[in-house]
Amino acid sequence: MAEKIETEFYDAPSKGGYFGEYGGRFVAETLTHALNELSDLYDKAQRDPQFKREFHHDLNHFVGRPTSLYFAKRFTGLLGGAKVYLKREDLNHTGAHKICNTVGQALLAKRMGKPRVIAETGAGQHGVATATIAARLGLECDVYMGAEDVKRQSLNVYRMKLMGANVIPVSSGSRTLKDALNEAMRDWVTNVDNTHYIIGTVAGPHPYPMIVRDFASVIGQEARAQMLEREGRLPDTVVACVGGGSNAMGIFYPFVNDSSVSLVGVEAGGNGLQTGEHAAPLNEGKVGVLHGNRTYLMCDDDGQINETHSISAGLDYPGVGPEHAHLKDIGRATYSSATDVEAMEAFRMMNKSEGILAALETSHALAWVVKNAPAMKESEIILVNLSGRGDKDILTVAEIDGITL
Amino acid sequence: MSSASDQSRLTKTFTELRRNKSKALVSFITVGDPSLDHTLECLQGLVEGGVDILELGIPFSDPEAEGPSIQAANERALKGGATLKDVLDQVKLFRKKNTDTPIVLMGYLNSIIAMSDFEKRASEAGVDGLIMVNLPPEEGEKIAQPLAAQSIDLIYLLAPTTTKERSKEIVEVASGFLYYVSLKGITGADHFDSVEVTRKVKELKELTDLPICVGFGIKDGETAKKIAPHADGIVVGSAFVDLVAKGGSPTEISARLKEKASELRVSIDSTKAP
Repeated sequence: MAEKIETEFYDAPSKGGYFGEYGGRFVAETLTHALNELSDLYDKAQRDPQFKREFHHDLNHFVGRPTSLYFAKRFTGLLGGAKVYLKREDLNHTGAHKICNTVGQALLAKRMGKPRVIAETGAGQHGVATATIAARLGLECDVYMGAEDVKRQSLNVYRMKLMGANVIPVSSGSRTLKDALNEAMRDWVTNVDNTHYIIGTVAGPHPYPMIVRDFASVIGQEARAQMLEREGRLPDTVVACVGGGSNAMGIFYPFVNDSSVSLVGVEAGGNGLQTGEHAAPLNEGKVGVLHGNRTYLMCDDDGQINETHSISAGLDYPGVGPEHAHLKDIGRATYSSATDVEAMEAFRMMNKSEGILAALETSHALAWVVKNAPAMKESEIILVNLSGRGDKDILTVAEIDGITL
Repeated sequence: MSSASDQSRLTKTFTELRRNKSKALVSFITVGDPSLDHTLECLQGLVEGGVDILELGIPFSDPEAEGPSIQAANERALKGGATLKDVLDQVKLFRKKNTDTPIVLMGYLNSIIAMSDFEKRASEAGVDGLIMVNLPPEEGEKIAQPLAAQSIDLIYLLAPTTTKERSKEIVEVASGFLYYVSLKGITGADHFDSVEVTRKVKELKELTDLPICVGFGIKDGETAKKIAPHADGIVVGSAFVDLVAKGGSPTEISARLKEKASELRVSIDSTKAP
């Protein structure tokens, strides 16, 4: 679990869950009690060495951490600029960083004595990570998934079922991730006494953005120490893709007070920002309230949430974690975007030059590197969060290539 | 406000009801469901059937706390193109014919964030109260003042999970009336427990003089009868919305709503203290 970083200039969130003017707790009254309860319990767990031991025990022995910090030599050579290091989150059990958060939250559920967990999922990665730890801890598990996504991600649906989870297709709204989140909230409101809702990203009402960040920040803690050991210094730039933003917060947070390190988040540019068909609220959105927090959103002039587009299901979300909104506003992080096409190019380049099949989400971060590394000095270092592996995306990629597997 | 006295329409309505030893029937429908051409006639039908307070849903793409009925209503309304501006226009139209029946808008915060000067425009249209489902009092401070300046009541929800200490804090900042959410769940759910609701409402009554209306899960006269004697009002939503969902011309739907409202009115009035 995260060590709280105590500094003068960065100590977000506030007690009410605010990162600057973002975050907060915009929920139906029924949930307030459960959120207070979760805040209190998390507070205690953070100060309990036993909880830390349990968490790290599972990360080490069940998840397979620490993950390696890998110097991508051929990829670096191909680009001919800054040195590119990859934090290999694809090597986690279940294939992505998501499991760190679900392990932590499932342990919290156990502590609260709640026998049932629920989750929302888009591409299915968070659903799989939740189903996995639920099986490991013997918790009942229901996963909400947009009906469209259930169709697109049949492999992950089956995987969850094999682990004993119940996958519930959501047919309301746009039938995708945001609607799955709505439905999970509805379930939680109804079953709040015996159920813990494991939100999969650094969004949602307070204390979720903080809790998910803290659990995910094991990524940045490891990477920071590994980098110091390998290079004797910190990286110049840390890059991560941003959908809801959990893998990015996970790697950014331990570097937030290192002012020499620039932090770059890469949103899904979809068909291009100018087309409106993207999922880049930090680039093109406006401030609003959705899913329990105040943040940048993709919405129209009437406040209706827009449907988003990205080749990567994991980035296909109209909001973004409130802490990213804050980091953007205070200028601590910058947020760029990569289009579907750029992500695909980077995806292919990583495959061929390094033998690493990155997730399409991750490929957005790689696309930034492809674009920017050549202009950087060879003495400079880029650290990329290789947030997950791309096995789940093979059918999507094959389809783009016109191949039926 | 067009009212001659400085009492709000909500206060007048509840005072009048108390004088008659009667309880408020509060109806909910979503504006623009199934089209904007339906709304005015539907509202008139509800009032003719005996509704005391009209709760109007602001269509929203992501209504987190709603059950399937009201979710579908939101989708129908959005498909018909209804916006918050249209909601206010419908209120204006209604006010041309009716200046007495209080109107309370219900919806989600993102809708009103998107409209500049919402409070003023809502007040000018003739809105009396606002219920924001995803706005607990901790977050409500910022809009409470501008709403109060326009004499719009910010109506807070209380839930079965709301502790007594918290209830005390909420009644301090609430105005208009209190909305007691009768069950842990979403609108239109079917695990209503009238004994528990009665107990909670009694507990709240000890904390405040504000009227208390009970909603979520009240679908028929039978349930309304059980709750009416203990509360100041009954909110019925999904049951009305389901009648809208059956479709038809504005006149047809309005007639259906009127009939249902009359039925509920009779049930509620049958419990009147002598």
